[in-house]
Amino acid sequence: MLLTRLKAGGPAIAKQGILVAFVVFMIAFSLMSDRFLSADNIMSVFRQSAIIGVMALGVTIVVIGGNLDLSVGSMLSFATVLVVDLHDKIGPELAIPVMVLATLCLGAINGFLIGILRLNSLIVTLGMLSVIQGLVLIYSGGQNVDIADQRGTWFAMFGRGAVFGIATPIIIFGTLAVVFHVIMTTMPFGRHVHAVGGNPTASVFSGIPRSRVVFMTYLISALCVAVAAIILGSRVMGSQNNVGQGYELQVLAAVILGGTSLLGGSGSILRTVLGVLMLAFIQNGLILMGQPYYTQWLVTWAVIIIAVWLDVAAKRGRLFSPIA
Amino acid sequence: MAYFYQNPVLRWLLRNPIWGFVLIVFIFFSLSSEHFFAARNLQNILVQTSTIGLIALGMTLVMINGNIDLSVGATLALAAAFAVDVQSWAMFATWGNWQILPAVCLALLVGIFMGAINGFIVWKTGVDAFIVTLGAMLGIRGLVFVYTGEQSFYAMNFAYSDFSALSFGPLPVLAVIFLLCVLIVHWLLSRTVHGRNTYAVGGNREAAVNAGIRVGPHMMINFMIIGFLAALSGVLLSTQMGAATPNLGRDYELWVITAVVLGGTKLTGGKGDIIGTLGGVLAIGILRNGMNLMQVPAFYVYVILGSILIAVLFLDKRFNTSTDGGLRL
Repeated sequence: MLLTRLKAGGPAIAKQGILVAFVVFMIAFSLMSDRFLSADNIMSVFRQSAIIGVMALGVTIVVIGGNLDLSVGSMLSFATVLVVDLHDKIGPELAIPVMVLATLCLGAINGFLIGILRLNSLIVTLGMLSVIQGLVLIYSGGQNVDIADQRGTWFAMFGRGAVFGIATPIIIFGTLAVVFHVIMTTMPFGRHVHAVGGNPTASVFSGIPRSRVVFMTYLISALCVAVAAIILGSRVMGSQNNVGQGYELQVLAAVILGGTSLLGGSGSILRTVLGVLMLAFIQNGLILMGQPYYTQWLVTWAVIIIAVWLDVAAKRGRLFSPIA
Repeated sequence: MAYFYQNPVLRWLLRNPIWGFVLIVFIFFSLSSEHFFAARNLQNILVQTSTIGLIALGMTLVMINGNIDLSVGATLALAAAFAVDVQSWAMFATWGNWQILPAVCLALLVGIFMGAINGFIVWKTGVDAFIVTLGAMLGIRGLVFVYTGEQSFYAMNFAYSDFSALSFGPLPVLAVIFLLCVLIVHWLLSRTVHGRNTYAVGGNREAAVNAGIRVGPHMMINFMIIGFLAALSGVLLSTQMGAATPNLGRDYELWVITAVVLGGTKLTGGKGDIIGTLGGVLAIGILRNGMNLMQVPAFYVYVILGSILIAVLFLDKRFNTSTDGGLRL
């Protein structure tokens, strides 16, 4: 019986729910479409998932620290509009650092309000979502922006270029994932984030600078958004002023699918990468099967709930919730 | 100072600071824009507020219950699509204006059903409502697109779109429906067993279980109520436009949560009321309307609303050290 086996600490397989689901989906899709497992297709899925993926890395760290970040979507709009608009005005070599600094400032505001003033992260970042969306519209005057000389600029390499045959977005996403994984698993900062998310009071008693740690998680999240904006701006060579609308919830969906607990204290960067790839492969596989793009949302609905349900069930040792 | 604390009106305002804010912006806009304080505009504000307001009533219940519902915008779109599409089904072709009735009923049932699914999953799986409804937000939006095939529907029966132009004396019919719902939900929350248990479950779930309250059904009922109200809001919105688009109601969940939190309902559950929520939605409605009339670009409304939300949170943290009275959040 599944129930009794779950009770006995759970088979290892239930704890790797996301990995199992991932493998099942990969096998199913590759049986139904012969193009699915081709190198070209896999590469293009990796490339498409890089933008959401990079943002999800930052949000994972915020969530492990016990907070939420709903402002990444409008922050992405902000950063992309800024870097694309400044590209033609002051050149890419200046536009990129200016945009990164501006985005980090927004992250610092989040970090100050949530880390230092200890305000509720969901409401603060909800407010910032609205504020930043307003700032984007004020800055751009409601106009879309684009880059005039799309072929002659080296800015194109971030979104469109390739190194040794591997698209740059994949390299950026992969590198960041490895770096953050190392930071979160081997460095003191990673341990501090886990401690703060797991038990804030205990972390303070252990001498961990809680405020500073939370502040840093929001700076990292903003940095990830800035990197995502460089990829996005460079790939599209233009930007609508609401380009990131709704991204915050897609990113959060990927993070949750990766098994990171919204309560904080547990989660892993590599599993977030798996969550991101899973969503991307579901989307790609369904489209290859000739389904309209919105079918992925229905599948995502089921996948999120089942994945998290199995995760929760394995932890409590019972399939169904004990509440009456 | 003693007078200040004894005056019942001032004490009430101290407990419901959002109404103080509503009063201030109301007076401010009345003085600064000649078009603001006119019967026609006040009717407008009520109608504009009713869309977000109806959902906010349900969100108050769900949040007092200790849950949250992010799927309301998608439910609204699904109900609107059903309400507009079903009335043009061939089987109702000979029904005349009565063809609206099955369409609206079906739309409301769909809303209740979506809420029931959310509530049932939260109850039985024990997965956090934030995650369940985040998934449902994507999934129900997917259903909308499957149902509509990415098309907009238009109401062929003009009685449907004329409905929103009706009024009872000075009050537009949409405002009447909204105010009626405010009264009913307020009664439900403050005068019934279900309302009391909603507070109990959100305030301390363990204690509620020990007191013999069945936590699951209460959560499910509240999700069904918010599903119904989101569907009603979708139907009313589609009567205003005479159409339903698949992207209707996007980001509404964020506006609704903003309004409810401004009204003093706690995200952690157990605290909040309908009077505060009404203040919250009116504050947003008046602010948007007034700034429009003063020809402030719509962009600034986003910045101001977001800042107010964060400021309220900060003030609450700063001044509200006791558990009761004063700003509650």
